[in-house]
Amino acid sequence: MSDPMRPLAHFVDFAALLRRAGFSVAPEQTMTWLAAIELLGPTGIEDIRRAAHAAMAPPPERFADFDALFDAHFLGAQSLVPEAEPSEDEPLRAAEDSAVGPEPEFGDEIGESGAQATSAERLSARRLAPGDEGEILRRFARALPARVPRRRGYRWRAARGGRGVDARRMFRDAMRNAGEFVRLRRRRRRLRQRRIVVLIDVSGSMKERTPPHLAFAHALTHAAASVEIFTVGTRLTRITRPLRLRNREQALATASLLVADWDGGTRIGDALNAFLAVPRFAALARGAALIVLSDGLERGDPTAMADAVARLARIAWRIIWLTPLAADPAFEARTAGLVAARPYLDKLSDGGSIDSICNNVLDLASEAA
Amino acid sequence: MAVRHTIVGIDSPRALEDALRAAYYLADEELSTAAYLALALGKPLLLEGAPGVGKTEAAKAIAGVLGRALLRLQCYEGIDATAALYEWNFPRQMLALRQEGAYGGNVDIYRDEFLIERPMLACLRRPQETILLIDEIDRSDHEFEAFLLEFLSDFQISIPERGAIRAYERPVVILTSNRTRELHEALRRRCVYHWIDYPSPEREMRIIMMRASGVGERAARAVVAAVGRLRREPLAKLPGIAEAVEWAEAATLLNEQGARWPEAFKRSLGVVLKDEDDLVHVAPKIDAILVEAQA
Repeated sequence: MSDPMRPLAHFVDFAALLRRAGFSVAPEQTMTWLAAIELLGPTGIEDIRRAAHAAMAPPPERFADFDALFDAHFLGAQSLVPEAEPSEDEPLRAAEDSAVGPEPEFGDEIGESGAQATSAERLSARRLAPGDEGEILRRFARALPARVPRRRGYRWRAARGGRGVDARRMFRDAMRNAGEFVRLRRRRRRLRQRRIVVLIDVSGSMKERTPPHLAFAHALTHAAASVEIFTVGTRLTRITRPLRLRNREQALATASLLVADWDGGTRIGDALNAFLAVPRFAALARGAALIVLSDGLERGDPTAMADAVARLARIAWRIIWLTPLAADPAFEARTAGLVAARPYLDKLSDGGSIDSICNNVLDLASEAA
Repeated sequence: MAVRHTIVGIDSPRALEDALRAAYYLADEELSTAAYLALALGKPLLLEGAPGVGKTEAAKAIAGVLGRALLRLQCYEGIDATAALYEWNFPRQMLALRQEGAYGGNVDIYRDEFLIERPMLACLRRPQETILLIDEIDRSDHEFEAFLLEFLSDFQISIPERGAIRAYERPVVILTSNRTRELHEALRRRCVYHWIDYPSPEREMRIIMMRASGVGERAARAVVAAVGRLRREPLAKLPGIAEAVEWAEAATLLNEQGARWPEAFKRSLGVVLKDEDDLVHVAPKIDAILVEAQA
């Protein structure tokens, strides 16, 4: 060992390789791995592999990918590399290329015009005029605050009508009053609103529905405290920020400028995977009520879509899928993608009109109990 | 990173594997490596896997090997500090206030004797004698997970009336998850990770032979084959290792009382499948499965 850094670099490179293949590996984990290798005083490559498993914690369904990368990097099994790498990278890029640089998803923060100019795919700007659903949305906005899904917080707060006795506070009081309990104090769990995440399908088959969906998203953004809105088509675009503009017409106009994949094909599975691949976005879905507005006509691989929905279902609190096709009472999930994804959905229901979408959202909290 | 090469005489994954076997737990190399690394590097061990693959058993066996008491914290939705950390013993505090306060004394009602330890506090206070098992963490809320993250990085708890309590040595912590939901990335990062899969047929057979008394090799082999086959069916509740062991035992018992082999398995099927729908689903295929398993 003349140069101690050289073998080390080979290991660190592996961490970089993993990251390129879509595994999330923190520096802390690389360090754990190196410490583990040193500790085991490796007697063979299998020790190093096992240490990598333990330290990097690859998700079980990607063990095979992980091992293939490992073999390629350390054993030189080269045939596997080109297979493993692009297949992981491609869907991600497809969803992200609407902007520049390594973190393209944040287009709405970097500057919308820049994101706009580089997008090469089909781009059709569309004006979104508010229709006569205004009254329905106004009623929805008034009803929502009372019926928004909530979760119990971890902390307690003092409350007059609370269920629990706040013994701790009473004892503190008693200490001040010569050991006398003067009054009964009560407490209750703090309630917090669950985040509502809406994914709106803007592909060609949903063309008619997109404007009312965006109008709904705008109303929702202003009626509830914590809301995130994304559009899904051939890529994924976050439009939460423009929708925060109070004026609906202005908000929808700004949002529609940002979305570059109007009326394209649908690759929902890929878009959902892209959503999951950006930790910042995936974190938004954690414990949230996830609403997908889409007809589920997937042109890509239906299993990719089902896998993505399964993962989302494990992260989110509820996942409901509202499709305009379900307006027909005889509706059944028939498209390959939707059939595969159905077991993971908490609800597959009618999204044919603004009215039914609003009602489905208002029912979220009561159905959960 | 504080590295301990040897913990109670265990200086390698192999040594741990042997020690676990002596504690009647058959670990594979992956698990013993992960567990050894967690112990040596002073990091928590996160075990994920389907229900019934022996996650909790592994924790118990590790506690046995280390000769430490196992403190088990079962997670559930809505778990809070009073269940996980500590609670004040209010009735005793009240008594003390009434008694001593009556004599005009100055009472300190925040002494140790009024503190009820829950698993996390207990493990901080006696890190060398205990091992903390945080079971089924996927059932808890996200906020508890966030709190846990804090706990696992500092090993410190602050009690407003008392100040901070810190472990003088990194405690051994094992977390388990059934993966009904995905754990936070940061939590996975902080831990040494192991995904426990259903054991390979030959390892499962060894487990059955070791755990179940009086089960013949042929019966064990048949059970393993049949259970492996059942795990490929779309069942609501897949049979775990414990179910396989019980099935082997139950069928052996029935066989000793005179039931013939395939019949003995079939009649004790309720030990393996505990869901009405699952039984109905399997009913038409079970004969074929058993014949195939015995071959």
